[in-house]
Amino acid sequence: MGRIKGVSGLLGALSRRGFMQGAAATGLTITAMPKFAAAGDEKRLNFYNWDTYIGETTLADFTEVTGIEVKMDLFADNDELFAKLRSGNPGYDVIVPTGNWVARLRQADMLAPLDHSLIPNIRHITPRFLTGSSFDPGRKYSLPYMWGTIGIGYRKSKFTEPPYSWKWLYDSGEYSGRMALMTESDELLGMALKYLGYSLNSTDAGQLAQAEALIIKQKPHIKAFAEDNGQDLLASGEVDLVMEWNGDIAQVMAEDSDIGYIVPVEGSVVWEDTLAIPKGAPHLQNAHAFINFLHEPEVNAGIARTVQYASPNQSALALMDASYTQNPVIFAPQSVLDKSETLNYLGEEATTKRQEACTRIFAA
Amino acid sequence: MEPWRKAPAVFVANLLPPAAWLGVFFVLPLSLLWLYSFGDKVGITGIDINWTLANYARAADPLYLGILIKSVWIAGAATLTCLMIGLPVALAISFAPRHVQPWLLLLIILPFWTNLLIRTYALIAVLRTNGHVNYVLEWLWSAGDGLLNLIGLGGYQILGTGFTPWSLLYNDAAVVTGLVYVHLPFMVLPLYAALYRLDRSLIEASLDLGAGHLRTFFYVIAPLVLPGIASGVIITFIPALGAYLTPDLLGGTDSQMIANVIERQFKAANDWPFGSALSFLLMYITFFGLAVRSLLAGRRGGGVSA
Repeated sequence: MGRIKGVSGLLGALSRRGFMQGAAATGLTITAMPKFAAAGDEKRLNFYNWDTYIGETTLADFTEVTGIEVKMDLFADNDELFAKLRSGNPGYDVIVPTGNWVARLRQADMLAPLDHSLIPNIRHITPRFLTGSSFDPGRKYSLPYMWGTIGIGYRKSKFTEPPYSWKWLYDSGEYSGRMALMTESDELLGMALKYLGYSLNSTDAGQLAQAEALIIKQKPHIKAFAEDNGQDLLASGEVDLVMEWNGDIAQVMAEDSDIGYIVPVEGSVVWEDTLAIPKGAPHLQNAHAFINFLHEPEVNAGIARTVQYASPNQSALALMDASYTQNPVIFAPQSVLDKSETLNYLGEEATTKRQEACTRIFAA
Repeated sequence: MEPWRKAPAVFVANLLPPAAWLGVFFVLPLSLLWLYSFGDKVGITGIDINWTLANYARAADPLYLGILIKSVWIAGAATLTCLMIGLPVALAISFAPRHVQPWLLLLIILPFWTNLLIRTYALIAVLRTNGHVNYVLEWLWSAGDGLLNLIGLGGYQILGTGFTPWSLLYNDAAVVTGLVYVHLPFMVLPLYAALYRLDRSLIEASLDLGAGHLRTFFYVIAPLVLPGIASGVIITFIPALGAYLTPDLLGGTDSQMIANVIERQFKAANDWPFGSALSFLLMYITFFGLAVRSLLAGRRGGGVSA
């Protein structure tokens, strides 16, 4: 309280408008006080999230319960998130990096450790996410937010049976000129490695060279390396099969019943977006309260209903109906998941090698 | 005596804001990048500036030189197309009635009021397989086919058994089309400026003395507006060479340009030193082009400039 008054006083001295804002903030704090006792932080939270990746009323509900105002900024990809934090945290309290980026951010010493005692709702999280994490063992720095897969989106009327293998995208001219792959190096090379029977996290130069050669050989049949718009290419009839994130395909499936999604039998990426606190977060307490709130079963179910991604919160899953829990786009069959892997952070040298391979592929 | 000598205080006061602006937002960041280009990546976020030339050596790899040549080629094709379209357009505008000219120029500038990304997506909607161009082509095809049926030639399938949509997107031609669409105003405006100042009596003289319209254009108008053409070519070519959004969205599997590679160094590859070296390589090429242009302008003498 005292700190906020000090700040608003300072603002008031600077400008009338600043004073008004300061006064409003102070007033808000007073009314919010009885609701939320764990003070210490200013009643604010800066959330840095992907677009369309939160429940419709989640943020308003959080403010209602705790009195903490949430300001949400949006990023388009992990690169952007990383670039923003690279030269120091500009004031974010909670961020949503993907698993392999948690490892990279962690190695760059850009994440603050989580205090699990402030997040009792951890008990609702499906245990395998807490014990089996390859990028954050012990979940000291991140907790799962949503997870999903990469697979093949396809136009059902053009197929007699679903494209069950990566073969159709990586090693076949049957759908020549009617397919699009992803531009992201880890995914583009990773699925080629999966198709060849290797780990998608391989750093073996020979295996990577094989993957590179496979894609270059396939290039005449590929229409485009899609820049995060594969679902649009599929929906507009530009291509008949496309490598995409499951959520992106789910979006266009909602509008076009002729579109299907399958995770190939060779396995795929199981990605996991996480909730983490960047170092230098101005509102540590609020950040923990927010992460805890997002794993409140009711709240989590609300988010899952909106974003249509798979929730790692088993108590929330129990609240969802069959149209969600039985949806094959959201939840790939267990047999395929067993063969799938999480992307790991492979180190800077491996990243450079993969990027160079992609530059060669695009230039070939 | 020159005016600035009479009132140095006024001169400095006027110079200071733009100089400070340039210094902080142009010279400083660019100098930083220049320093980075002589550095080594240390760990994930560190850059150790040790005056290594390794980044430039890596940029000289045939892989990157090939991409650079391809970029020059695509930007060159776009510039040439802009010139071929822009010159007649500028000519038409400059010969239009005086009170109509501002409106025609407005039409040229109008697309600038829309964001580049939106314009590019609009172009995708026009050119894609189920886009507007193919829609019109299909309509023309079925009209033609219907006509053939009407006159009893339907059985020969002269136009093929069905309409096959043209592949207008995701190839180099689409990138050139996109670049021309975006950069045409850069070409038209300096050409118009040069044509506007052209002494009309020279054209009349040429026509009176028996030269045809084409001959007048190539032997009288073209040499006189050459400085305008040179300006147009340069301010079209330079941004086209650095384009990355257009090849990203409209290009095919091998349409990557050098700016796409640079973008990846700063984002996905997280290799700022190498990205900086590539950026400066691109800038040196641009400077070289500008130097050649001023050299040529100097040789023509007479201080001709656009």
